[in-house]
Amino acid sequence: MYKYSKQFTPYLFLAPAAVILILFFFIPFLESFLLSFQSYRNDIYNPQWVGLENYINLFHAPVFWKTLVNTFIYLIGVVPLLVVLSLVIAILVNQKLQGIKIFRVMIYIPVIVSIVVAGIAWKWIYADSGILNYIISLFNISKIGWLTDPRFALYSVMAVTIWKGLGYYMVIYLAALTSVPKDLYEACDIDGANTLQKHLAVTVPHLMPTITLVSVISSISAMKVFVEIYVMTQGGPLNASKTIVYYIYQRAFENLDMGYASAAGVVLLVIVMIMSIINVKFFENNKQPIA
Amino acid sequence: MNLKKILAYAALIILAIISIGPFLWLLSTALKASDENIFAYPPILIPQHFTLENFTGVWKQIPFMGYIINSFIVSGITVFLNLLLSALAAYPLARMRFKGKNMVFYAVLATIMVPFQVIMIPIYLMVLKLNLVDSASDFAGFAGLILPFAVNAFGIFLMRQAFLGIPKELEEAAIIDGCNTYDIWLKIFMPLVKPALATLAIFTFVGAWSEFLWPSIVLTRREMYTLPVGINDLQGVFSANWRYISAGAIIATIPILVFFLGLQRYFIEGTTQGAVKE
Repeated sequence: MYKYSKQFTPYLFLAPAAVILILFFFIPFLESFLLSFQSYRNDIYNPQWVGLENYINLFHAPVFWKTLVNTFIYLIGVVPLLVVLSLVIAILVNQKLQGIKIFRVMIYIPVIVSIVVAGIAWKWIYADSGILNYIISLFNISKIGWLTDPRFALYSVMAVTIWKGLGYYMVIYLAALTSVPKDLYEACDIDGANTLQKHLAVTVPHLMPTITLVSVISSISAMKVFVEIYVMTQGGPLNASKTIVYYIYQRAFENLDMGYASAAGVVLLVIVMIMSIINVKFFENNKQPIA
Repeated sequence: MNLKKILAYAALIILAIISIGPFLWLLSTALKASDENIFAYPPILIPQHFTLENFTGVWKQIPFMGYIINSFIVSGITVFLNLLLSALAAYPLARMRFKGKNMVFYAVLATIMVPFQVIMIPIYLMVLKLNLVDSASDFAGFAGLILPFAVNAFGIFLMRQAFLGIPKELEEAAIIDGCNTYDIWLKIFMPLVKPALATLAIFTFVGAWSEFLWPSIVLTRREMYTLPVGINDLQGVFSANWRYISAGAIIATIPILVFFLGLQRYFIEGTTQGAVKE
């Protein structure tokens, strides 16, 4: 009896988590593929099998391509800046200066505050007669419709994503910086290297695994960007700031076109998978110190 | 003070202004009386006609207390379930040998690769099928909000890592003393992994507290709104009344700001733990 129950013990411990993950991850995961071959257009309660129709419609929809391009602009704009700027900030706040902890806390505050509140705060800054337009007017630049001009809307939202992410990645880098051996910097000092050379020769090679981590996390979260856009622009104007997740959300929950939206979701899944693989492979090859 | 230090402080001050400036500007707007021009050029940071009437006004019209209570219920239960389920599932993964262990391990790992946004549609359909919606009852509504986030791979791996660090001798001594597996888990292991539990609790709480996408999908009744959903709604309710919108946004920020400033040391160290060990 004892042996019998002991055999099952591991599974009993696993069971509660397994139930949740099966119900809310594995079944939905499999179902997302099935849904993408169904249509909810005619009857929301009675989806029909339509084969590849959703995918064909998707690839013929200019809006889909537009959101895909926007998402990649987002990725290319946001990720390198987050990876580099957070590192620079981490190095800056890693110095022994009086009151440095207060600065760390202040830089971290955007991370902690709800993205909805942050979006509202920035919407107010970007307003037509807002403070940002005042600042640029000091440089004799005429007013810009930061969120209302299709040429600027996407970039304005990207700036908010970067602003909100800096503190998060700063902390990840800070943790890694403590493991860089101090004597290497001293060796650089003897060689007469300046600050920039010192960090390129010592810090960056040592932090390569962390830089990989930050690149992977920030690129995957760039692919998933949603709330900033929902709060600030609703994807507008003229789809200028609409990204793939926003498109999925809109088609699924506003137009109730679940099958079509699922097809878009499968495309997103494939992209995220490919990206994770590329990211990891790329950095594995570059693990050796550059210097 | 040498030049290098001065430059460092200058950079830090600029960063601090960029980081908290948007919130200060929001606060300034919220404190301006209705007879003061909030679009004045040049902008005025310190209110000339200081008032709290925007705060009282927005408080009267928006059921903030209800939103905050809802957010506390959802975040609190989410934290409890995550600690419990992660610690339970992590225990056999760290300390036992059993059939299918590798498969379980990789199945958990696989969940990291798939973003929630990709599968939110079938999750929504699942919640509908199980009737976990707020139109059925408050309880069902909360269940639908919480259960999809009751456990995740990050929590399981964090706890597994913590359990792996406990010496085998403690376990053996407990077995000799006649403890069964469940006792060992609860009385020996759980007290020893308190730091990991604290880390997991803090990050789960912040995540649940700020979650917006999922509640905005499943909630239909205003009384069930969590804080982020209620705050986004301000924009619709007060359209261009930026004094009220600002005041509401500031009110919404106070709870999480208090939480953060009280525990800020854990945030810096906590992120470290998760990041290094994952």
